[in-house]
Amino acid sequence: MLGKTAGGVFWMFRFLERSENTSRLLDAGFRIALTRSSAAENEWQSVVATAGSKHVYAEKYDVYEAANVIDFLLRDKSNPSSVMSVIEGARNNARLVRTALTREVWEATNECWMTLKALLSRPTRERELPEVLGTIRQQSALVRGALHGTMLRNDIYDFARLGTFLERADNTARILDVKYYVLLPSASFVGSSMDNVQWETILRSASAQRAYRWLNQGEINSLSIADFLILSRHLPRSLAFCYSKVTDNLKYLEDDYGTRHACHDLAASIDKRLKDQTIDSIFETGLHEFITGFIRDNNTLGSQIENDYRFNG
Amino acid sequence: MFDEMFGNDNFVREPYRQYQHWIDDEDITRLHKKSAETEAIFRRTGITFNVYGREEAAERLIPFDIVPRVISAREWTRLSRGIEQRVQAINAFLHDIYHRQEIIRAGRIPAELIANNEAYLPEMIGVSPPGNVYTHIVGTDIVRTGEDEFFVLEDNARTPSGVSYMLENRETMLHMFPELFSKIKIRAVSDYPKNLRRSLSACAPRACTGRPVLAVLTPGIHNSAYFEHSFLADQMGAELVEGHDLRVVDGRIAMRTTKGYAPIDVLYRRVDDEYLDPLTFNPDSQLGVPGIMDVYRSGGITIANAPGTGIADDKAIYSYIPEIVEFYTGEKAILKNVPTWRCAEADSLAYVLDNLESLVVKEVHGSGGYGMLVGPAASKREVAAFKKKLKARPGNYIAQPTLSLSTVPILTKKGLAPRHVDLRPFVLVSPNETKITPGGLTRVALKEGSLVVNSSQGGGTKDTWVLEE
Repeated sequence: MLGKTAGGVFWMFRFLERSENTSRLLDAGFRIALTRSSAAENEWQSVVATAGSKHVYAEKYDVYEAANVIDFLLRDKSNPSSVMSVIEGARNNARLVRTALTREVWEATNECWMTLKALLSRPTRERELPEVLGTIRQQSALVRGALHGTMLRNDIYDFARLGTFLERADNTARILDVKYYVLLPSASFVGSSMDNVQWETILRSASAQRAYRWLNQGEINSLSIADFLILSRHLPRSLAFCYSKVTDNLKYLEDDYGTRHACHDLAASIDKRLKDQTIDSIFETGLHEFITGFIRDNNTLGSQIENDYRFNG
Repeated sequence: MFDEMFGNDNFVREPYRQYQHWIDDEDITRLHKKSAETEAIFRRTGITFNVYGREEAAERLIPFDIVPRVISAREWTRLSRGIEQRVQAINAFLHDIYHRQEIIRAGRIPAELIANNEAYLPEMIGVSPPGNVYTHIVGTDIVRTGEDEFFVLEDNARTPSGVSYMLENRETMLHMFPELFSKIKIRAVSDYPKNLRRSLSACAPRACTGRPVLAVLTPGIHNSAYFEHSFLADQMGAELVEGHDLRVVDGRIAMRTTKGYAPIDVLYRRVDDEYLDPLTFNPDSQLGVPGIMDVYRSGGITIANAPGTGIADDKAIYSYIPEIVEFYTGEKAILKNVPTWRCAEADSLAYVLDNLESLVVKEVHGSGGYGMLVGPAASKREVAAFKKKLKARPGNYIAQPTLSLSTVPILTKKGLAPRHVDLRPFVLVSPNETKITPGGLTRVALKEGSLVVNSSQGGGTKDTWVLEE
């Protein structure tokens, strides 16, 4: 397949994943704002930071309040990570690689774009937010469903999955990066209701609150939350899970093409680090250092894949 | 005015008889509903085109009308014979004009018409394309004015577009009105992509060793016909490439794949000659491949259509096509030309200037309905403004009488109403045969009375049926 096509598929699925993540962040932020209005401004600030859009936001607005943040993250064309921007990006990439997609995947993507374009053509009011966020997640789920149900399991599929899991790992790591301090033992004293809310938000941002509760019979503590989001082999949004998928898909490419690249070694070393660590050892060496290191390596792997498979030249 | 369904006097013509039985029993509300559904299908499928210079409406649908245009078997036999003759003559002409130029030596066309023509590429002199095919794909524009009156309006010999609409229109009709296709025997069009692949493969270059590797070269997703480029690549199982995916590797044109560079044998390019090779033509082009012309001349790749075919569909050459057909085939042209005044000639210019109100004036190198004047529809000011342009560069224009194009009914809010149409059949040329898909793309001017069918100017399309014998 063309290098350009591989890059297009990779980015198409990164963007789709990002739209879903942004809507989940908004969902979690909105919930805190509703239940703890005194914490709202801080919360909106960390939502924007987690979305990686702090600088662009600061250029437009002075204060972090619901209406601005919602509009900025959902519709703002000047924000390259807004849902509308990334859906446009996903669909443009889908057009670019249309010959690599099944009709079902293309139509689901196109329909996702048409639906969200209409839905986000005017500002979303607070009372509509839950429904709008639900539609965003549903639309991206439809594309994923079409991908699973109709695409050949070949290199095209591998690049789609690589895009999905690199983006997802980045997103989970960002949630932890912005909120790491509420997970540190020094900052927590058992039973603080503020901590509980913050912990809930972290789990909710990763669609993990119900799974966590189920696994821990309602007990909640910072160490096990970090353990769950970083090291769980079962949670589909944990760093370890994402990397088991990334290494799988890279392995398929290696077998398929008969060539091992630098990206394979890099992915293997990141995966190994996740496998070798325990949550205790991570806290010992520093949670924040661990997370920032992971984000950096994850980015490097993205560029390495881009290079090794000739996305751009 | 000739209506293809109702003839001249509200008497349903034979080819439309069965369709009329069907539609007479149809409820208009159901038809309107079906019509709205087709629009949703086109949107979801993304069968759109881009309009240049209009940011807000960057992607538009070409309106589709659900009433088919029907051509009888007998009519089609005559049309296809005429088209084949014309396309063969054009290929012979192209070969001649880039080699010995017998037709000029014989005094049948003036030398300066070639020598001073921008569409004539000196780089192609003495080059023989693989299989001697110049125009692998042609879209011959045909208009009708009466029962037996057909005219060729243009021979699109560069990169004719619209074939994806022909195919998708049929798919849509099959989906929406399956009952029609079980009642009426209509010739299939769906073989086009397979035939295109076969026909291009038959023109593989000398350097090709195994099964020919095909690619479609597109200017990119912002091009107005991008949908068609991706559609055709998809249907043929060919890669869809852009200039920056390609480079010269070991005397071949190779595409950048995830495994490295892989050579291409046949490039179906949808990029104009001018942008094909910045080393040979426009040095600023980002759309082409530096060095592709050298590879082409040394037999490393087939370019379809061949560079320089524009000399055959140039509007000034057009007026000589009847002579060209006779010269190379030894037969009279089966299909007529529209009478044409070449404004480069003083007498003609004088006549055109005096009769602008009743003529259609076109730019010699123009396309897409841009830069033309439709006299009867133009205001006094527009005519006056055009007169100035015409006097300044007469050689840039030709003029034709305003033909009373045939009409076919479309579905309007109030029911069926006649609208003017034209027809673009698609022709595939390979060394062994010339294949014409039965029918083609019918374009229809949706505005009442309008003669401009171009999609960029508010035209729509119809499914085109050629009936089985």
